[in-house]
Amino acid sequence: MKITPEIISKHGIKPEEYKKIIYLIGKEPNMLELGIFSAMWNEHCSYKSSKKYLKKLPTKNKKVIQGPGENAGVIDIGDNDALVFKIESHNHPSYIEPYQGAATGVGGILRDIFTMGARPIATLNSIHFGSHEHPKTKNLLNGVVLGIGGYGNCMGIPNVGGEVKFDHSYNENILVNAMAVGLVKKNKIFYSKAKGIDKPVIYVGSKTGRDGIHGASMASVEFDENAEDKKPTVQVGDPFTEKLLLEACLELMKDDSIISIQDMGAAGLISSSVEMASKGNLGIEINLDKIPCREEKMTPYEMMLSESQERMLLILNSGKEENAKKIFNKWDLDFSIIGKTTNSKNLVINFNNKEVANLPLNSLSADAPIYDRKWKKNIISKKLSLPKNIRSLKISDCLKKILMSPNNSDKSWVWEQYDHTVMGDTIQKPGGDAAVVRIHGTNKGVAITVDSSAHYCLANPVIGGKQVVCEAWRNLISVGSDPIAITNCLNFGNPEKDKIMGQFVETIDGISQACTYLDFPVVSGNVSFYNETQKKPISPTPTIGGVGLIKNLDNMITKNLKEIGSYVLVVGKTSGHVYQSEFFREVMGIRHGPAPEINLFNEKNNGLAIQTLISKKFVNSVHDISSGGILLTLTEMCISGQIGAKIKFPRNDISPHEYLFGEDQSRYLIEINEKNKNKVDNILDKNGIHYEMIGRTQKDSLDLDEEFSIKISDLNELNTLWFKNYFMEN
Amino acid sequence: MKSSIIVFPGSNCDRDIAVALEKFQIKNQMIWHDETILPKSDLVILPGGFSYGDYLRTGCIASKSRIINDVIEHAKKGGLILGICNGFQILIETGLLPGVLLRNKKLRFVSKNVFLKVINLNNKFCLNYKKKNTIELPIAHIGGNYFANNKLLQSLEDKNLIAFKYCDKKGNINKNSNPNGSSNNIAGILNNEKNILGMMPHPERLIDPLLSGEDGSIMFESLLKSQL
Repeated sequence: MKITPEIISKHGIKPEEYKKIIYLIGKEPNMLELGIFSAMWNEHCSYKSSKKYLKKLPTKNKKVIQGPGENAGVIDIGDNDALVFKIESHNHPSYIEPYQGAATGVGGILRDIFTMGARPIATLNSIHFGSHEHPKTKNLLNGVVLGIGGYGNCMGIPNVGGEVKFDHSYNENILVNAMAVGLVKKNKIFYSKAKGIDKPVIYVGSKTGRDGIHGASMASVEFDENAEDKKPTVQVGDPFTEKLLLEACLELMKDDSIISIQDMGAAGLISSSVEMASKGNLGIEINLDKIPCREEKMTPYEMMLSESQERMLLILNSGKEENAKKIFNKWDLDFSIIGKTTNSKNLVINFNNKEVANLPLNSLSADAPIYDRKWKKNIISKKLSLPKNIRSLKISDCLKKILMSPNNSDKSWVWEQYDHTVMGDTIQKPGGDAAVVRIHGTNKGVAITVDSSAHYCLANPVIGGKQVVCEAWRNLISVGSDPIAITNCLNFGNPEKDKIMGQFVETIDGISQACTYLDFPVVSGNVSFYNETQKKPISPTPTIGGVGLIKNLDNMITKNLKEIGSYVLVVGKTSGHVYQSEFFREVMGIRHGPAPEINLFNEKNNGLAIQTLISKKFVNSVHDISSGGILLTLTEMCISGQIGAKIKFPRNDISPHEYLFGEDQSRYLIEINEKNKNKVDNILDKNGIHYEMIGRTQKDSLDLDEEFSIKISDLNELNTLWFKNYFMEN
Repeated sequence: MKSSIIVFPGSNCDRDIAVALEKFQIKNQMIWHDETILPKSDLVILPGGFSYGDYLRTGCIASKSRIINDVIEHAKKGGLILGICNGFQILIETGLLPGVLLRNKKLRFVSKNVFLKVINLNNKFCLNYKKKNTIELPIAHIGGNYFANNKLLQSLEDKNLIAFKYCDKKGNINKNSNPNGSSNNIAGILNNEKNILGMMPHPERLIDPLLSGEDGSIMFESLLKSQL
């Protein structure tokens, strides 16, 4: 077949990129070779627009064993244990086919974890949908939740938390970001770098079918009106096979058979073989006649570009093939020796005794294009004066409206469809500030959270980037953990537009500032661009997955109020920033205005003080004050503890609405026993932290001065109503 | 006490139950489904999970595994068998317990803690629930909707073969406390001889105060006591 400009363009390759290909390989590529370039050079696999800026992120501290560049990041948690974790997007496929898109998103991230030798111990996810009134939202939400549950439940890995958000900017570009965490012994971590010449290259797992061909390229362009025609590019998952693959791989990893291992994710066989060989500075030869195929008469092009799931590529030590084969046979999985490592530094593909592709590996990875895209600074909204009618709104009505809104509703309808207690180590279930999972067989725990704040990022990408890192850090602090590192999933529109690129550049700047200041490095992640349909981009949505360590689970703390008659304190300064708040969006319908400022010094200072209070056991409960402000935060503490509170305004320099619903950052709400009041005051005073007592806990109802008194059971009812009504499950 | 956990491809609660058995010092062995000989055991456990990916019908393919012949022999000799979740589904597919398990009424997976009334306290699994017969355990399944015809239901009730029923915190058994649509709120049943128990809730997941409760422990304590 002759390669025409049209074919080149269909492969997502720009004319100037095609010229570069010819220059690099010294010939016109054949169809298969063009397909390989398309798989390796697309945005999803090559990071060509983002690389320049990703380098600015801090990626190291004393606990980081492996930063970005491997299948997942690895951190040291002491006692020869390490945690492996990563977050990844599966946005485009999930919009086209929500069940399979979301399911294979979970499958893909789990493979990233066990490829490194770790047993996955938890998954989380951050999912964003369009407005609940958009005709597609219900079906997409339903499909994504079923897909995530369908895959994770079958794998038997607890789904311990996450977030579900709605905003019209995702109407035609939903976000499905899946995170997984695994546990491994420090001396048993596996990497993807190939070593040694003439070593057998092994294919294990499912057979290769015609699904997911060009999946990664599909995720590297905007959607047009025919997005749904792209269904064949979506992979189909089989969690049962993945469970077998997990057990088989971990069984083989017990000894020293494996030199290196890489899962076949985006761009399947191509990217896995290229990555392993390039990292090892070797060549690789693959014989396609040996590929286990699901369908007949598959062409080399289809085999190489398929994104069929549940497959792995291994490079074994010579002589270990028989032993490995026995294990994979026991688990009823395919096992095939498909090639070998060479010293050619080329990728060579043979089929029917003919060489069908031969490309220098450097041309696919090291020499792939890197762009320094044009970007422009975002226009930042100035400080505005408050609308006049704000004081006339009844506070109880505002609270009810926020509680009943889709974004602030109780999400148990979602997470009760995910098995969150399997493996018997889930100490804090979904719904808290962070999930806590016990390190199996110890009294240590890992705290995990995923967070995003697209509204803030849209209003001000630098602040938004800082805020979302701080939010994750704060959530980890709030359960009594020591925050260690993060993984990020950066969801943006089309980077070829200077405005979008500007959002990206500035968000990274914010993330980088906060991570550096908090010593909270990025160890893994991915970038998802082109979340844009017919010129409408999503709001910039960096999703941060944070991980912290609780050295002794006796020091873990939850957000639910514990006892009647204790004091409730606001820790951190409240100045009443209501722009970009839930109150403004849900109650006033105002979406413009500046994002709340972040002061990194205060963030750290307040957080460390909370840590001290927790470790000295001076506090009964802690909840960070985030969206919805003080009043929503307190309401959540009341509902989860089934205990009420009576509060007053401690101040009269700002209006009650600003005080109660403002979203000033770096604040916590804490419950303390009367007997600890002086000790707590001392610690906060000593650290120069602003705090205010706002009231005391009581039985059954939440009371505000003489304004209102609402029963906790009624608040709970309101909070759980929305999902049930939406899916008519009352 | 000696136990054997049968591990099928797709089992995923096998480790959890092994941890629980170890905690109660029950000597356990993991037995791969493809084995033909069941080692001498007082208790055989069919764990939760998705044996064979739930393909064909939950528990169906596992019920034809090689080891199952020996499991049936073990049952005939009066040996104890505990099937949890997918294990319960397998017990039904092997015919060791009557009835069927349909998909949950709302056709959704349900993972949450539920309250259970221990109905039959007179069997080796539940002896110690005499001290506390309204308990809390997690469920996590999509196919736990127990169904039987009226005749069978009546017989289960008459012979007192229902081990657990879903109830509310106060012990009331009603429609609101039924998480999956099971007939008569059934969460677990016994065979005629009461040496086989099949249940949807997971006792192995609540054996530790850190995991929000220890009501699961009572079952393991009962089993130990029954061997004295």
